[in-house]
Amino acid sequence: MSIQDDIRNYIVENILFGDGQNLGPDTLLQEGGVLDSTGMLDILTFVEEKFGIKIADDEVIPENFDTLRKMSGFVERKMSGRTAAR
Amino acid sequence: MCGIVGICKLQAGRDIDLNTIARMMAMIRHRGPDETGIYLDDQVGLGHLRLSIIDLERGCQPIHNEDQTLWIIYNGEAFNYVELRQQLVEQGHQFYTTSDTEVILHLYEQEGPRCVERLNGQFAFAIWNRQSRELFLARDRVGIRPLHYTLHEGTLIFASEVKSIFAVPGVRRELDPISLDQIFTFWTVLPGRTAFRDIYELPPGHYLKVSRGTVEIKRYWEIPIYSREEQLDRPVDELCDQIRDLLTDAIRIRLRADVPVGGYLSGGLDSSGVAALVARRFNADLKTFGIRFEQESFDEGTHQEQMVSFLGTKHREVWATPELIGNLFAPTLWHCEKPLLRTAPVPLYALSGAVNESGLKVVLTGEGADEVFGGYDIFKEAKVRRFWSRRPDVSVRAVLFDQLYSDVFRDQRAKSFLLSFFGKGLDRSGDPLFSHLVRWDNTSRIKGFFSNELKAAIGGADPYEPLRQSLPERYHQLDTVGKAQYLETMIFLSNYLLSSQGDRVAMAHSVEIRLPFLDYRLIDLAARVPSRWKILGLNEKHILKKVLAPVLPRQIVARKKQPYRAPIVNCLLSGASRESAMGFLTKEAVQRAALFDPGKVNKLRAKLQAVENPTEIDGMALAGILSSQIIYQQFIEGFPTCIQSAAHPNLIFDRRVQSAPLTGRYAV
Repeated sequence: MSIQDDIRNYIVENILFGDGQNLGPDTLLQEGGVLDSTGMLDILTFVEEKFGIKIADDEVIPENFDTLRKMSGFVERKMSGRTAAR
Repeated sequence: MCGIVGICKLQAGRDIDLNTIARMMAMIRHRGPDETGIYLDDQVGLGHLRLSIIDLERGCQPIHNEDQTLWIIYNGEAFNYVELRQQLVEQGHQFYTTSDTEVILHLYEQEGPRCVERLNGQFAFAIWNRQSRELFLARDRVGIRPLHYTLHEGTLIFASEVKSIFAVPGVRRELDPISLDQIFTFWTVLPGRTAFRDIYELPPGHYLKVSRGTVEIKRYWEIPIYSREEQLDRPVDELCDQIRDLLTDAIRIRLRADVPVGGYLSGGLDSSGVAALVARRFNADLKTFGIRFEQESFDEGTHQEQMVSFLGTKHREVWATPELIGNLFAPTLWHCEKPLLRTAPVPLYALSGAVNESGLKVVLTGEGADEVFGGYDIFKEAKVRRFWSRRPDVSVRAVLFDQLYSDVFRDQRAKSFLLSFFGKGLDRSGDPLFSHLVRWDNTSRIKGFFSNELKAAIGGADPYEPLRQSLPERYHQLDTVGKAQYLETMIFLSNYLLSSQGDRVAMAHSVEIRLPFLDYRLIDLAARVPSRWKILGLNEKHILKKVLAPVLPRQIVARKKQPYRAPIVNCLLSGASRESAMGFLTKEAVQRAALFDPGKVNKLRAKLQAVENPTEIDGMALAGILSSQIIYQQFIEGFPTCIQSAAHPNLIFDRRVQSAPLTGRYAV
């Protein structure tokens, strides 16, 4: 399973409770009503634990996290040691 | 304070059965444990359960006028009855009790339906004119006392609580899909609705007339709206004096009772202010009651203790432990009669139990001050979002949220996302519901749990549209804070705070609450105070703090408002109540009620048992789903159809032509 699938599964199971048919790679998670203000913290914890990365405060910005595609891209870059978008 | 029930035939048909009235009364015995009375004729049956507070000896109802053409059953208090009675005596009316009930009856005789405009209080009552054969039902301005009704087989059935209406054989019991949609949006139903299909609540500030087989409903009072020009342009100190005088008078008349009056004391500004004014001006021997929480984030104990030692009140604490909240969730719902997204009503249910145990029947509370004087965060939030929406590109404006929600913004990592959360809908700043859309949209996410059947029954109905349509023309003149206050008063105050956190949980233990901040004179005065004095910058209830500063310790005035909340997930899903909660959430139970998707409910349950710190929205989802399941069980599936009638009434007036007249006073 790809990183994006892993994150998507987590969101579908734990935040959408199985209702994932409208969640695509480019769905806006916050504005599209998928995540509430605290749901984002859930995901950060999940991503850090699952992929063994540490996310800095200033990396938590919509450019890195507001869609599944951006999130998985960010995680990939972190895992390969490249600098994340700032 | 009492309970009332009644049936009125709109057309010829089956006679009204004395036993049906008695069964309706038996369902709400908690509202009036002291005395009961019934009036019956060929068209109307009226039942009354009394919690004796004024004229303990002779106040048993129904009460009639001089020639017995008018009959009243009454729940509530008209605090200005002393003055009204004097006027009515001068106009030649004769009284056989010293109760406020009889005053209302004669006021109606004198002035007709407009009598309600002269009452200062909290009431729901029915007056039957056996000569003109007209029935008159009325409810107080803001909806402190409940009054429900339905039309069934050519009769109007009414009662203080829905369960009495369901005690009438043949009345259909079903949850209403549109009402559920509203509850899972606004946290409660919109005025006039209940959780149940075809069962209505007379909206606050309305009366209902039955005459010649037709039912007519009229509004007699509206939440006051004043344009900027009509607002009071006076020095703030002068306004403070005026508010203090009026608040003191509102308290003075609310201490009228032939039994002792206690007070709720949370340690917050409002209840502390009321308790201080009572203790300093009227009764130094005040008994107070307060809720304590084990979890520090919910508890206000330090401030409560400070107030108790400052005033020297005899104070009793109720510890709202997770076990207590879990155990009392279902009994509380039986009284609230609607699904709840919060557990906050439960500790208040326990608190009234403590009042009852202490031998008190009446308490003053600080409820209503937040609506009237601008205490809620949502008002400030609306102000910030409005300010931000004028320049959405300047994110520095949003930094104000830091001040507003410092606890939420503590987590720096999620800050930019939180800002985008609050920034949602900035483009909708022209929407009349702008202040509340973020909250309501967010709550609506829980509707994802609705079953396909329920979604289909709701259809494409937009919950916001009927609300927008119901707003009066003058609403649009209000500023941002004024609009938010109006919505909060119209929806949340009437249908949630005064009900699920007010009358219903207090009367569950035969306790009457009295709310000085909701004296209509004070509501009117506050509406004429410019918003800038209510929320100065981001300082909530600025003017009320100035009003109360002379009678309170400095720290109580200076402390930041702590919203009254109670924990959810650890109360409902752990300890002794876990098993009963699980029973309501099994696949079979969820399928039987057909309100929610069993698979999703199961996933939520599993998640909440696994995570340490559940999110706010998941907690609300759990409370909403579990309470809906319990309400379904209590009122639809398992409603007690075999109801024991109350003990023999103390008073029966049987004026039916067919039966032998039966009048008199009986011992219980």
